[in-house]
Amino acid sequence: MTLADLASTALVLGGSFFFLAGTVGLLRFPDVYCRLHALCKADNLGLGLIVLGLAVAAPGPMAAAKLILIWVLVLLASGLSAYLVARAAWERGVRASRGEG
Amino acid sequence: MWLLDAALAIAMPILAWRVLTVTDLFKAVVLFIATGLLIALGYARLQAPDVALAEAAIGAALTGALFLDLLGSIGPRLEAERDSSSSPDGSVPDHRGTEPHWATPLRLLLGLLIAGLGGVLAWALVTLPAPRGEIARQVEAAMPESGVSHAVTAVLLNFRAYDTLLEIGVLVLAAVAVWSLRLDPTAPGAGAVAEDEPVLVHAAAILIPCMVMVAGYLLWAGAHRPGGAFQAGAVLAAAVELLLLTGLVRAHTLPPAGLGALLMLGFAVFLAVAGGVMATGAPLLTYPAGWEYELILLIETSLTLSIGVILAALFAGALPPRSVSHDTTNEGR
Repeated sequence: MTLADLASTALVLGGSFFFLAGTVGLLRFPDVYCRLHALCKADNLGLGLIVLGLAVAAPGPMAAAKLILIWVLVLLASGLSAYLVARAAWERGVRASRGEG
Repeated sequence: MWLLDAALAIAMPILAWRVLTVTDLFKAVVLFIATGLLIALGYARLQAPDVALAEAAIGAALTGALFLDLLGSIGPRLEAERDSSSSPDGSVPDHRGTEPHWATPLRLLLGLLIAGLGGVLAWALVTLPAPRGEIARQVEAAMPESGVSHAVTAVLLNFRAYDTLLEIGVLVLAAVAVWSLRLDPTAPGAGAVAEDEPVLVHAAAILIPCMVMVAGYLLWAGAHRPGGAFQAGAVLAAAVELLLLTGLVRAHTLPPAGLGALLMLGFAVFLAVAGGVMATGAPLLTYPAGWEYELILLIETSLTLSIGVILAALFAGALPPRSVSHDTTNEGR
């Protein structure tokens, strides 16, 4: 395994870990705003790491540039969606839950 | 890799079952979109990236968005009905007590018949002779005279162009059928539901040019890699839908004649090329030698524009009215 393969595998594994963490947060957090945090931040960081890992192993600079462009567009779209969901929830009266300790 | 395949194979029927059995419609639509995504992944694993692209764009995203649009329109009415007729915990009322007594045996019989049909199909699939790859070899041998370098595009738009011609005809008919329902474009939930959302409007101003560029890229790339008119048309339709949702373009100010022309453009150009070559004595859809690539590009571009308008028309639900009494800037009547 070359250094690039090792780096690529490590990055993809790290990205998968963040995705797992985001999914756990989605399942365990008490209200919609916390779940949006988990989805928007952890998942996008995980996607960024996976994209980096794939870009390192990509067949050329154009393919790597396309992967990074995909990540930027997903960032934009998911941030937008998170804001819209949070605003829609707020307007329907959903309020942040106060945890017990 | 087989682990991924096994996970997909197990997850797909489970998700599909959940789509059918969950009672909350919103959850059903979200699960539907997730199922479409898994199906697209399955196609990608089967080495069919064009189908995977089309499934993800049209099957999962656009159809899911159509369902969400529908839920937005009829959701309040459904909620009111459910609240007035359900038990206090909000579950759907159980009608089983009012069914005729032959309902359950009938269900059993139907279930047995369907299971039997499924068993026969499975047996037929298992005992099929293994494909010998003849068709793939024939396509490979004929690629140099097809005008493009991607096999799927060559088959869709050259070797089997007749099928694609009929497909686009069906799409045009579907759009005409939806438009002839004369749905009300000013109904609540339809139209510019998000026009007072400044973040969305400004983000749309960035995203829509990107989407148009991606559609153009998919169209252009279809000649030598996965892509093509249907996928590009789906992205274009999504851009048009975003325009309509944010109120950046109002559906009732669009000229209906222009929209109708765009709707017919793909089919008309395809038919013109298909029939035009017959003037030189060649059979239907035989592209003249040396002109294949240009003709395929022309047909694909017209198809992309038409598919974009057709899929967006399914969202808008109605042809813009010929004259709008309160809007004096309407043109193209």
